[in-house]
Amino acid sequence: MSDDARPLLRRLFEPSSIDTQAPAAKVLTYGLLLLWSLVVLVPLYWVLITSFKGPGEVDNGPFYLPFVDFKPSLDAWRFMLLENNTLGPYLNSVVVALASTGLAVLIGSLAAYALVRIRFQVKLAAIAIFLLLLVGVITLVATLGVSWQIAVAVAVALFLLALATVVRRTRRAVGNNDIEFWIISNRIMPPIVAVLPIYVMFQQLRLLDTQIALIATYTAVNLPIVVWLTRDFFAGIPIDLEESAALDGASRFRIFFTIALPLVRSGLVATFLLVLILAWNEYLLALFLSNADAQTMPVLVSAQNTTRGPQWWNMSVLIVVMIAPVVVIASVLQKHIARGLLVGAVKG
Amino acid sequence: MVLPAVVVLLCFAIFPLIISAYLALSRFALAPGGFTLKFIGLANFRKLLVGSQQYHLLGVFGAPGPGQWIVLVTAGAGLLFLLARYLVAGRPTVVGALGRLFAAAVAFALVLVTVVTSAAGGVPGTLVNTLLYVGIGVTVQFALGLGLALLCGQPIRGRSFFRVLFFVPLMVTPVGIAYTFRMLADMQKGPFAPLLRAFGVEEWSWATEAWSARMMVLIGDTWQWTPFMFIVLLAAIENQPRDQVEAARLDGANGFQIFRDITWPSIAPVAATIVLIRLIEAFKIIDLPNVLTGGGPGLATESMTLHAFISWRTQDLGGSAAVGYMLLFVSTVVCVSFFQFAVRPARRFEA
Repeated sequence: MSDDARPLLRRLFEPSSIDTQAPAAKVLTYGLLLLWSLVVLVPLYWVLITSFKGPGEVDNGPFYLPFVDFKPSLDAWRFMLLENNTLGPYLNSVVVALASTGLAVLIGSLAAYALVRIRFQVKLAAIAIFLLLLVGVITLVATLGVSWQIAVAVAVALFLLALATVVRRTRRAVGNNDIEFWIISNRIMPPIVAVLPIYVMFQQLRLLDTQIALIATYTAVNLPIVVWLTRDFFAGIPIDLEESAALDGASRFRIFFTIALPLVRSGLVATFLLVLILAWNEYLLALFLSNADAQTMPVLVSAQNTTRGPQWWNMSVLIVVMIAPVVVIASVLQKHIARGLLVGAVKG
Repeated sequence: MVLPAVVVLLCFAIFPLIISAYLALSRFALAPGGFTLKFIGLANFRKLLVGSQQYHLLGVFGAPGPGQWIVLVTAGAGLLFLLARYLVAGRPTVVGALGRLFAAAVAFALVLVTVVTSAAGGVPGTLVNTLLYVGIGVTVQFALGLGLALLCGQPIRGRSFFRVLFFVPLMVTPVGIAYTFRMLADMQKGPFAPLLRAFGVEEWSWATEAWSARMMVLIGDTWQWTPFMFIVLLAAIENQPRDQVEAARLDGANGFQIFRDITWPSIAPVAATIVLIRLIEAFKIIDLPNVLTGGGPGLATESMTLHAFISWRTQDLGGSAAVGYMLLFVSTVVCVSFFQFAVRPARRFEA
């Protein structure tokens, strides 16, 4: 640096080599980055210290530094974790998020793999007839009160009949790309459209307010994302290994589980994490489908707005215990998630 | 092997969609020993679009002033220009022309409703609120995310620290974010209260005014979703051709030129795709407004999903399903249009 003969101003505003930044630009870059760091950290810091406050510390005006201008206490933590029923919803959240993510990744990656490796041809006429029959069954059951078992049986028979006669003669078919597009486009559907019938469905099955209902629904909701992401991972692995395994007589499923899945491990980790976070934070569906027994954390947090006004200290404890595990996991594996998302976004 | 996925989606997407369509076309009423569903055709939609619930979904129309007329005329002229250019310069097909005509008509209708309800004397409804969240939110998040990604893409020390830190808000549950920002924005007890007192605005409350309440929702949403844009764009920037950047630097290109000619073309497809993903998700917003403001003051922050949820709670199942269908319609048209007219060209641009 010292043998740099350039005048001070030029040294400030011009980089000394192409791999570095000029000092002035560097200051600006760091300044802006630190500014955004504050934007990120201040809310998190405030939640964290509020969880160690009591009613007095919160109501008597803002206190910023524990031990300096207020005395931190564990009262809120003790109350929320021991006396209040927080553990139940927490367990529900863990079980629902893990199970639904596992199922979604399993079903979704199976579908994605098959869509990459097997050529599908589904007759357009078959789909049209299927949808017509579905609408027909629903109308019959809903308006005329036909029992649904009979309606479904008749519909299945009609569908098989149509497959054997009409459909065989038509030629227009949808291929892999169309199926894939259809699966992914399901994500566009706002959950509010589907949640009422799903609610009624689980009510009929007497599964409302159970973990099963939430797991099944979350699996379906996150399936499109899994297919969308894992498709490109499978498309990126060489086919030779699988071909030689197939020659040796391994079945499709065996090839999938022993060869294809291990090869896309890091991609699967990224997908799993992303879906896990979505399931962990999901609010709307849980609000409809769970009540007391299967209540998840987001619903519990949002229900803290009591008639006495929100108790910020208790609520902060809930928020901290909710975000701590995901933040830790995601920070450690952040690079995988970014790469996984990038692969998905490049090919789409 | 695709079968499990198809079955799951049939059960939880297609089947509910059809039932929902049926609900949207009927009136639901509790009756002794159960409920009754009466088929009433499009009455639910008529009520929302031109009838007694119009104020709720679309809003109250005001008298557009000169500013509003300018926006309307500009939007109309712009859409007409794009249509004309396609018909004259492109190779128009019947499907392409009809699709574009339809997309343009919907776009104009959305602009019209937004402009007219935000004019003097108008009150925006839930449709307009949702559009504002989506439009302003996604734009701001993309701009911030891109800016931060460019900064973090510089050869500086501590990059990995910033990257992990900036990623964190994405993990936080939206409900938690809503309460956190309520705490922060508390005028008497929040951390910024002394500052506000110094400016003499402690009596004012953001929750009682429409635009400040909407701003709060947007701030919370932006805090959460900027990291998503940031993290993917940063990964894309790091993937750009290094040799080209260095060659350009040696030739004396400045930062802006490098961004315009090398970085932007190489990240454009990714950028278009993540904006599409955000668009899809942004239309579903409910947690933030529900917890932050409860949809108030009045209807000022109520999104369409929240609207449908409130209808459901008041036993208006038909109306709820109809609102849901309106949301499905708007978000599908917007997202498909964006895919056709932004994502596809961006990908071709790269190839």
